[in-house]
Amino acid sequence: MKAAVIVSPGSNCDRDIQVALRQSAKVEPIMHWHQDPDLPAVDLIVLPGGFSYGDYLRAGAMAAHSSVIREVVVRANKGVPVMGICNGFQILTECGLLPGVLMRNAQLKFICRDVDLRVEATDTVFTRSYLNQQIIRIPVAHNEGNYFADNDTLNRLDSENRVAFRYCTPKGEVNAVANPNGAARNIAGILNETRNVLGMMPHPERLADNALGGTDGRPMFDCLVQALSAVA
Amino acid sequence: MTEITPKIVAEHGLTTEEYERVLIIMGRTPNLTELGIFSVMWSEHCSYKSSKFWLKKLPTEAPWVICGPGENAGVIDIGDGKACIFKMESHNHPSFIEPYQGAATGVGGILRDVFTMGARPVANMNALRFGEPDHPKTRHLINGVIAGIGGYGNCIGVPTVGGEMNFDPCYNGNILVNAMTVGVADTDKIFYSAAAGMGNAVVYVGSKTGRDGIHGATMASAEFDDDSAEKRPTVQVGDPFTEKLLLEACLELMATDAIIAIQDMGAAGLTSSSVEMSDKGGVGIELDLDLVPVREDSMTPYEIMLSESQERMLMVIQPGREGMAREIFEKWELDFEVIGRVTDTNRLILKFDGEVVGDIPVPSLVAEAPEYQRPWVRTPPPPILSADEALTGIEVGPADALVELMGSPDLCSRRWVWEQYDHMVMGDTVQRPGGDAAVVRVHGTNRGLAVTTDCTPRYCFADPVEGGRQAVAEAWRNLTACGAKPLAITDNMNFGNPERPEIMGQFAGCIEGMAEACLALDFPVVSGNVSLYNETNGIGILPTPAIGGVGLIDDVTSKMVSSGFVSEGEDIVLLGETFGHLGRSLLLRRYGIGDTGAPPRVDLRMERRNGDFVREFAEIAAVTACHDLSDGGLLVAVAEMALAGNMGADLLSAAEDIQPLAWWFGEDQSRYLVTLDQGEDLVTAAKSRDIPARLIGKTGGSVLTLADGNFIPLSKLRKAHEQWLPQYMAAS
Repeated sequence: MKAAVIVSPGSNCDRDIQVALRQSAKVEPIMHWHQDPDLPAVDLIVLPGGFSYGDYLRAGAMAAHSSVIREVVVRANKGVPVMGICNGFQILTECGLLPGVLMRNAQLKFICRDVDLRVEATDTVFTRSYLNQQIIRIPVAHNEGNYFADNDTLNRLDSENRVAFRYCTPKGEVNAVANPNGAARNIAGILNETRNVLGMMPHPERLADNALGGTDGRPMFDCLVQALSAVA
Repeated sequence: MTEITPKIVAEHGLTTEEYERVLIIMGRTPNLTELGIFSVMWSEHCSYKSSKFWLKKLPTEAPWVICGPGENAGVIDIGDGKACIFKMESHNHPSFIEPYQGAATGVGGILRDVFTMGARPVANMNALRFGEPDHPKTRHLINGVIAGIGGYGNCIGVPTVGGEMNFDPCYNGNILVNAMTVGVADTDKIFYSAAAGMGNAVVYVGSKTGRDGIHGATMASAEFDDDSAEKRPTVQVGDPFTEKLLLEACLELMATDAIIAIQDMGAAGLTSSSVEMSDKGGVGIELDLDLVPVREDSMTPYEIMLSESQERMLMVIQPGREGMAREIFEKWELDFEVIGRVTDTNRLILKFDGEVVGDIPVPSLVAEAPEYQRPWVRTPPPPILSADEALTGIEVGPADALVELMGSPDLCSRRWVWEQYDHMVMGDTVQRPGGDAAVVRVHGTNRGLAVTTDCTPRYCFADPVEGGRQAVAEAWRNLTACGAKPLAITDNMNFGNPERPEIMGQFAGCIEGMAEACLALDFPVVSGNVSLYNETNGIGILPTPAIGGVGLIDDVTSKMVSSGFVSEGEDIVLLGETFGHLGRSLLLRRYGIGDTGAPPRVDLRMERRNGDFVREFAEIAAVTACHDLSDGGLLVAVAEMALAGNMGADLLSAAEDIQPLAWWFGEDQSRYLVTLDQGEDLVTAAKSRDIPARLIGKTGGSVLTLADGNFIPLSKLRKAHEQWLPQYMAAS
């Protein structure tokens, strides 16, 4: 499998993703600098967490207008799997690959902690090694993770089973107590219509190593590698 | 041209005697720019004029020390060709005036101190002191400071892994914000600030220079009064995104062999960086100020030299490598300008608009900076309280006192703080905030750096020597408790007005105690910072020598120990001697006669022996958890272990010869709690080394049970422990 991690000047989880992909794939991902002209042909594109271009206007807004993201949109529309984590998710909504927007956390504070997630969609290259409704523990670390979309959009996401993850209690209840940032319907991650684009606020790469306190994030990388290696 | 009047001299913080010295060095009246340069270089903040004499007494050497105090940060060898570079620095005054930016730029400044030496920063820490919770400004200051620290560290992508936070009325008008950065470099790729090579290019990189922060160093060297808010324009504004670019660009250039010398522009900006580089290298520097990238029109040489705009660096580059270096900085979209040359004159020569606007002999500017042995008086030792005296009138039982203390501002959970910090980015945080020390892996290895910050200001105030000892010993103990070998410290000396003999006495006392502890524990000081004049309207802070300690764990997968109880039915063993010392304890602060009496004594020989034993025993035996005893004493330590492991304990009764409250809440030093399956093995081994050891209970269940029959469900304890800070911050 060939994967590319898009590195913007303010990316800061690019190395963390690199480590996670290396661990699962045993091959080095391409670290693609935002100014480099040609994005190579790859089986997977990852937009890592961080602050892309400083996030001065709105998180991800400036990145959405960069040439490298324009190319990512083209690839995504051709069916290449694209995964945006945290700032990557923000960029995916800003560039229109995913609907909705990520607003400032409801409590107006940066929040960094492990949260429980309920896996809601397992028919994707990103999530198929999880069980439907499985509860996994993955950290969040963001200031703007409060997912918002109008009701029609939210209803559509639900009816098309495009919510990949929801914040839940350790027992799997989806309620306000379990919601770390005020996200609509406890949404932590969503898919596009063709299910090849995933955006999520939690960081699976941060719990893919026992020494860090857990490995619930690792199956995502393992199954991506498996699925995409078969393609290649 | 501005005439230099006595009023202007005074406004620059120079005394008449100091100004006379300037006249002798210059051989003429300085112009305003030159006066400004002397003013900042001779400020307390930059010159250490009141503290230098005392700082020389601190031990700074060990076989693993690569570079001690004097450079941007301290450097120690951590094996395998790697070095750990670290330092702590204060941003107290700016943070009080403008908490968000003050704290944010404090983090930015200390990060630059570390990466300017070639290290990639891997962890941030902070030591914070606020006024009493009821003071009208406290909540606002906490909000701003925490958001500022988080805002900067989270954006640049360096995890903020821990620290400490205290409250005391003495900080009402003068909070303390001390930020620490730990970085890792290759031992053969460490960069220093000594300029060299006649004619070599002096290069300015990073952000443009604006008018912010002019006189920041001078402000940091004066007391506050009611008009301090007017000093807001002297606070700098941080831009962590630019710092991220600067970090990556510098590290990319450092991977080549183009850099001869590099120095960040911190306090006193372009002035201190150019003077430092020229002085260290024994060379001169000539700068053309027209070439300095500026943010605003018509900036004067005075403003350009004294600006403290953030995210800037000064470098000397190898001949012929300028083009390559420029490309790297252009890639990161940062300014890169050759603004001067290295000369052989030993002078700092400034040109502007075709004229020489400054010409100062650097060796004299640095070497003849004032140094004071200020008068001091020893702090009279307070009386030692007996347990009977201390406990007079206290009716509370241990169980109730525990719940109350665990939910007090002094001991409650700091989760509300560290959940606002990204403490996991970089993927190597193997021990998160909340334990004895934070641990980050050295990337790509199983080795870990343990980091802690410690100081107990109420002990230092009561007895500076004892308090100085205790601050260093507690840092050493925290590192030991997590399985690390303690290696070295950085210190951040926060004190009041040094011109008052009793304050100088506190400083001298703390240094004396720290020096003894550093020697006894092989724990040298490799970097540090002094912040004096922490007073408002003549009220000084408690003496606060914050200690940042770093230790090494060979293998975090096998040798790291954390503090939470792990398995049911294990023995809990108390190591170290318990006298039941209650003077200055949190029990007395809450229930008794307040902060009175002598603080607990630190017997350094015992400290060393106990700690070495814990480390040794943890390596050979199945120690499952370890925690050091500090604020609040034994029962608080048990409760912390129980909460961390979400497991209760059944406790035996207190020692017969000690009153129960003194047993459970005395703050005797050099003690640890250890859990393991066969506690008797540990007790026997300890006793063979003359280390007092005693089984105090067994782990298990979801309740803390005392021998007197009282019990506390963990859920109740957790609620008390977790709720105070968020509730306090949510109130208005």
